[in-house]
Amino acid sequence: MAYTEDDLKEELKNKEYKYGFTSEIESDKIPVGLSEGVVRLISEKKNEPEWLLEYRLNAFRIWQKMVEPQWAHVRYPKIDFQALSYYSAPKMKGDVKWEDIDPEMKATMDKLGISMDEQKALSGVAVDFVFDSVSVKTSFQEKLKELGIIFCSFSEAVHNHPDLVKKYMGTIVPTSDNFYAALNSAVFSDGSFCYIPKGVRCPMELSTYFRINEANTGQFERTLVVADEDSYVSYLEGCTAPSRDENQLHAAIVELIALDGAEIKYSTVQNWFPGDKEGKGGVYNFVTKRGICHKNAKISWTQVETGSAVTWKYPSCILKGDNSVGEFYSVAVTNHYQQADTGTKMIHLGKNTKSTIISKGISAGHSNNSYRGLVQIHKNASNARNFTQCDSLLMGDQCGAHTFPYIEAKNSSAKIEHEATTSKIGEDQIFYCNQRGINTEKAINLIVNGYAKEVLNKLPMEFAVEAQKLLEISLEGSVG
Amino acid sequence: MIKIKNLHANIDGKEILKGINLEVKAGEVHAIMGPNGSGKSTLSSVLAGREEFEVTEGSVEFDGKDLLDLAPEDRAREGLFLAFQYPVEIPGVSNINFLKTAINETRAYKGIEPISAKEFLAMVKDKSALVELDAKLANRSVNEGFSGGEKKRNEIFQMAMLNPKLSILDETDSGLDIDALRIVANGVNKLKSPNNATIVITHYQRLLDYIVPDFVHVLYNGKIVKSGGKELALELEEKGYDWIKNELKVESEK
Repeated sequence: MAYTEDDLKEELKNKEYKYGFTSEIESDKIPVGLSEGVVRLISEKKNEPEWLLEYRLNAFRIWQKMVEPQWAHVRYPKIDFQALSYYSAPKMKGDVKWEDIDPEMKATMDKLGISMDEQKALSGVAVDFVFDSVSVKTSFQEKLKELGIIFCSFSEAVHNHPDLVKKYMGTIVPTSDNFYAALNSAVFSDGSFCYIPKGVRCPMELSTYFRINEANTGQFERTLVVADEDSYVSYLEGCTAPSRDENQLHAAIVELIALDGAEIKYSTVQNWFPGDKEGKGGVYNFVTKRGICHKNAKISWTQVETGSAVTWKYPSCILKGDNSVGEFYSVAVTNHYQQADTGTKMIHLGKNTKSTIISKGISAGHSNNSYRGLVQIHKNASNARNFTQCDSLLMGDQCGAHTFPYIEAKNSSAKIEHEATTSKIGEDQIFYCNQRGINTEKAINLIVNGYAKEVLNKLPMEFAVEAQKLLEISLEGSVG
Repeated sequence: MIKIKNLHANIDGKEILKGINLEVKAGEVHAIMGPNGSGKSTLSSVLAGREEFEVTEGSVEFDGKDLLDLAPEDRAREGLFLAFQYPVEIPGVSNINFLKTAINETRAYKGIEPISAKEFLAMVKDKSALVELDAKLANRSVNEGFSGGEKKRNEIFQMAMLNPKLSILDETDSGLDIDALRIVANGVNKLKSPNNATIVITHYQRLLDYIVPDFVHVLYNGKIVKSGGKELALELEEKGYDWIKNELKVESEK
C-alpha cells in the first residue's frame, strides 16, 4: 500500500516536541510576584556581596519606570509580571560532586543528550548546565584551568572572580538598555561566565545548556564572555523547555567582550518549547545579546532559532576598534503560530570595520517571521563595509515574512550592500525530488537544509548535525 | 515494460489526453513526435505522476504493476525515470547529496542497505564520464547556474546513476547545440540494454539521427494518430505536421 498524504498527516499529528517532558525534581521556589523584597531575597539566597545587591536594586527601580516595548512585529497577551516566580532552584547539597547529583537530574541530562561525564563527553565540549534558575554543574573546569581559562556559573564567578565580573558586567548591555534587560539585571539568577586569558586559544567548545523546568517560572540568566587580547573562544548555547499550556518567560542577557585581536564565535541553537499546533503555551524569548569588538577583534554570532512561541532577539556587534569585524548568521524557523522578530545591529565606530549579515527566515503554518536589522556607520568610521543578505522562504499561504532593514551611514566612504530575496518552496522542486525517488517530507528537508546551508556551515560540526535535525523536526507537517 | 490503454487526462477540467494506447517492450526505443500542444509533455507528466493532471479514464501497467496507483516517488523507485524538459534548480543541495539521497531512498524501498561511499564515488566517476560532465558540476548545487546544455547532460547523468527500467526523455534536445546533442545522445545509447526501454519525446527529427528509434508515433490532439518505423520521422520532417492534419481531415470527411 502506498504511503499517502493522509498517513503522513496522521503521523505528524502524533509527533510531538521531543523535549517536552517534565522532571520531578524537588525545588526551592519562591512565591510568585515581584517586589524589592523579592530582589533582596534572590540576592540573599545566592549569598551575594553588597555591590551586586545594589546593582540589582538599582535595576529594579529603573525597570519599574519602564514600559514594555511595543514596536516588534509580534502579538501576545500582556505578561503579568506579578504572576511569575523569579527563582526556582533544584534542591541540592552545597557543593556539587557528580555523585551527589539527584538521579532524576542525571536522567534529565541523559534525556536531553547532555553528557557531564568527562570521559564519555562529546569530544572537546565543556558544558555548564543551567536548570531553572541555577547552574547545576560545569564540566572540564579543571582542565581549562590549566590554561588559565575560567569557565563557571555566573554565581561562582561573582564569588571567585569578583574583579572581572565587576569590571565587565553591564558594560555592554547597561541596566537601562531596555525593559527586559532591566528586568534581567534586577532578578537574574545564574548563567555562565567565561574568561580567556591573553593569547590563549580555547582548545574546546564551551557550552551552556539552559533548561526551564518549573511551571510559571521565568528564566533570567546572564552570560558574560571576556576574551582577552589575541585569544579565541567558540561558545555554544542550547535551550529546551517542557511542553506546558502556560507561557514561560525567558529574558536573558549575553555580553561579549573581545579585546584587541581577540575572536569570539558565539553559536546558539534555540529550541525552547514553541507552543502546540493551536499556538497554546510556549516560551516567550526576549533576549538582549550584544558584543563589543576592540581593535582587530572579531565577533561572530550564529543562531539557529526553531523554538519559542515569541522570539524577540537581536544579537549585535559594536565595532569600536579599528579593523574589527562583526558577523551575524541566522536561520529562524517559525511554524504553526510561532512569531519571531529577530535580526542584528552592526554599529560601526572604528575605521576599516567590516560586518556581514546573512539572515535566512523560514516561515510555515500560520507563523510570522520578521527580520529587523540596523547597520549604523558613524562619522569617524571611514572605509566601513557591510554586506547584508536577507532571505525569506515561505511554505504554504498562511504564513508571513517581513523585513525591516535600517541603514544609517554618516561617513561617505562607507560601502553598504543589501540583498534580499523571498521565495516559496516550489511544487516543481518537490516534484523533481519525487521523480528521483525522494518523498515529499525528505524533499522539503533537502531543500530547506540547502537553503540554510550557508548558516549551518558556520556552526561547530557536532551542532551542525543537531541543527539540521532540528530544522527537519520543526518543519514537519508544514506541507500537505 | 509499459502498457498504456485508452489513457484520458485533464488539467483544470480541460481534456488533454484523449485515449492514448501504447505498448513499449524491454529493449525498445520509441519516439513520440507531434506539434506544439498535442499533449506530448502532458503524457510524460501523467506517467511520472504530476498532481495537477487528473486521469479520468484508462490504465497504465508498468512492469506488472498499476502505475497510476503509485505515488510519484514510488514510480521512480520502481524504475521510471523522467528527464525533464526544464530541469529544476535546488540551491544549496549538492548534486552528489541529491543523488545519494535518491539512490538510498530507492534502495531502502527495495530493502537494500545504503550504498557505500566508495561504491557511490566510483559510480559518480564512471557515469559522469559517460556524458562528459565536468566533475566539478557533481559538487555544485543541483542545476544551479548550469548552462542549458549542462542541465540536460546532468539529467542523463542522473539517469545513468539511477539505472531506470524505463526512461522518458522529454524534449531533451530542446536548447542543445549540436555538440551537446551528440554527447547527450551518446550517453543515452550507451545506457541502452535489452532490459530497459526508452521513450523519446521530441519535436524535431534531429535527435532521432542520434538515438535511433524502433518505433515512431505521432501524437496529435491528445491521440496517437499514426505509428511506424524510423522512416516515419523522416517523412514528418519532410512534409511537416500539416501533412498529418490534412490526412486526418480527409479521414474524417470520408
